[in-house]
Amino acid sequence: MTFTTIAGAARALRSGSITSVGLAEQVLARTSMVEAQVHAYLTLDTDGLLEAAAGADEELAAGRDRGPLHGIPIAVKDNMTTREMETTAGSRILSGYIPPYDATAIRRLRDAGALITGKTNLDEFAMGSSTENSAFGPTRNPWNTDRVPGGSSGGSAAAVAAGMALGGLGSDTGGSIRQPASLCGVVGAKPTYGAVSRYGLIAFASSLDQIGPIAHRVEDAALLLDAISGHDPLDSTSYPGGIEPSGARLDGGLDGVRVGVARRLGGADAVEPDVESAFDRTLAAMEGAGAVTLEVDLPFTEQGLSAYYLIAPAECSANLARFDGVRYGLRVDGATTEQMMSRSRADGFGSEVTRRVLLGTFALSAGYHEAFYGQAQKVRTLIREDFARAYRECDVLVSPTSATTAFPLGDRTEDPLSMYVSDVFTIPSNLAGHPAISVPVGLDRHDLPIGFQVMAPALEEAVMFQVAAALESLAGFDTTVPFDPSYGLRGGVR
Amino acid sequence: MAVEIDISHVARLARLELSDRQLDTYGRQCQELLEHVARIQAVDTDGVEPTSHPLPMTNRFREDRVTPHTVLGQEEVLAQAPDTEGPFFRVPPAIEEA
Repeated sequence: MTFTTIAGAARALRSGSITSVGLAEQVLARTSMVEAQVHAYLTLDTDGLLEAAAGADEELAAGRDRGPLHGIPIAVKDNMTTREMETTAGSRILSGYIPPYDATAIRRLRDAGALITGKTNLDEFAMGSSTENSAFGPTRNPWNTDRVPGGSSGGSAAAVAAGMALGGLGSDTGGSIRQPASLCGVVGAKPTYGAVSRYGLIAFASSLDQIGPIAHRVEDAALLLDAISGHDPLDSTSYPGGIEPSGARLDGGLDGVRVGVARRLGGADAVEPDVESAFDRTLAAMEGAGAVTLEVDLPFTEQGLSAYYLIAPAECSANLARFDGVRYGLRVDGATTEQMMSRSRADGFGSEVTRRVLLGTFALSAGYHEAFYGQAQKVRTLIREDFARAYRECDVLVSPTSATTAFPLGDRTEDPLSMYVSDVFTIPSNLAGHPAISVPVGLDRHDLPIGFQVMAPALEEAVMFQVAAALESLAGFDTTVPFDPSYGLRGGVR
Repeated sequence: MAVEIDISHVARLARLELSDRQLDTYGRQCQELLEHVARIQAVDTDGVEPTSHPLPMTNRFREDRVTPHTVLGQEEVLAQAPDTEGPFFRVPPAIEEA
């Protein structure tokens, strides 16, 4: 028997029909079968996984039950620090870096009994929407290996989709959990800004970054999120109040729920017809289940992409200043400290990261700071007010997650702007700091998965997961197709 | 406001030693991106407060106490450095000799 859900595996562990070692062996067997084609992992910790699994079995046998993640194999994006396990952020500048500490989210996963399978591939420093910007080669989509898995958390999404872990962690700055989840046919959630500690998350854009879960089922994503969220004194932006558990209302259904339909969120146009019709079909099913829908307009989100591509590069240029060849990472020699730093950085960063550091440095430079970064932060306020207006009439908002399904490798790498528009539907939630989740609802004409996005006001994760769980069961989408060996990972490696 | 990026100056500020060809390519790309995002300047933001944190939170303070699980030993910290000397990080000269 193959286990695909965390909740199902957790029940089987307690009924004795599987052991944690058995689960670890299942994901390792699947990994050895498909990883050569998918390349989801940068580090696979086979020995550590089996050892931790044996420990989890012993604990459970001794009556020490750490909860629903106990003994469950989880894949982690390689921009979260893991003690004594290489952490590269997909960058040459951090190749070989062994962190001396665990990120808070990692520590909480371990405390909850989860097993870390390894570190997954990503666009360098999480900058990208296809995982093609990794310094260590691209990840491919398990549904069709000629296609990208999305990004930047493409490695975690692909690993979970193909059964190389039962769940995963990603990070989402402008859609980097939800868009790859959508393209890989799995569930992915970005929590409220501040819900999950960023301590140990290698910073990209500090006012936007959030860690969140990727899984086959909405319920599993909620289990993962509830394990890693909560106040952390080590992150000054961490939310100090209590939050209702995200899985508290999974059976709440849709009766009377007011759903705002944000069809043109972010100024989206050119939504693929198959994506649009899957979206409309899902909406109709939700109405049939008692949801009340109304079309809403968030006009300022049309400026979201522009605001994002000022704020994110500006903050990244400041955050990435720490990579200077002094304390860790790549060093290229030079006659002076400045020359050594300038060479190390030029050599260590890939082209997308270099481009954003340059753009961000410019946007923050003397004379332009107010006109660009300052203006973008004000537009961000207008976008938050757009959302606040919409939430006076609605409990949640919905939209497609991505205007397109998985695109072919190489399709958008030549033109940065064509890649950036991949995220028009997802960016507004990051700018507002609100939670959002992508749930797979169908396939397009090429048998590629289509995602449906549910957004909620800050700290209203429970309502968001309630709606997500209801529409997941209405859609009845089978996320486990890429598990089937006969599915054969079409496309092949070119 | 029409803007032209002085890409060599920006690269110097960002501590990136780039070739002339790279400067040319990045300069062109950044200029294009900037022209696209500069549309944001047309938005009327008179009297609008900027957002820095989406939740109503301001500076948060905690007691300055030693938390053993977040304190790293000197050896651990230096272990990842490209060059060290004794308990120090070592770098090429920062100031030219007179």
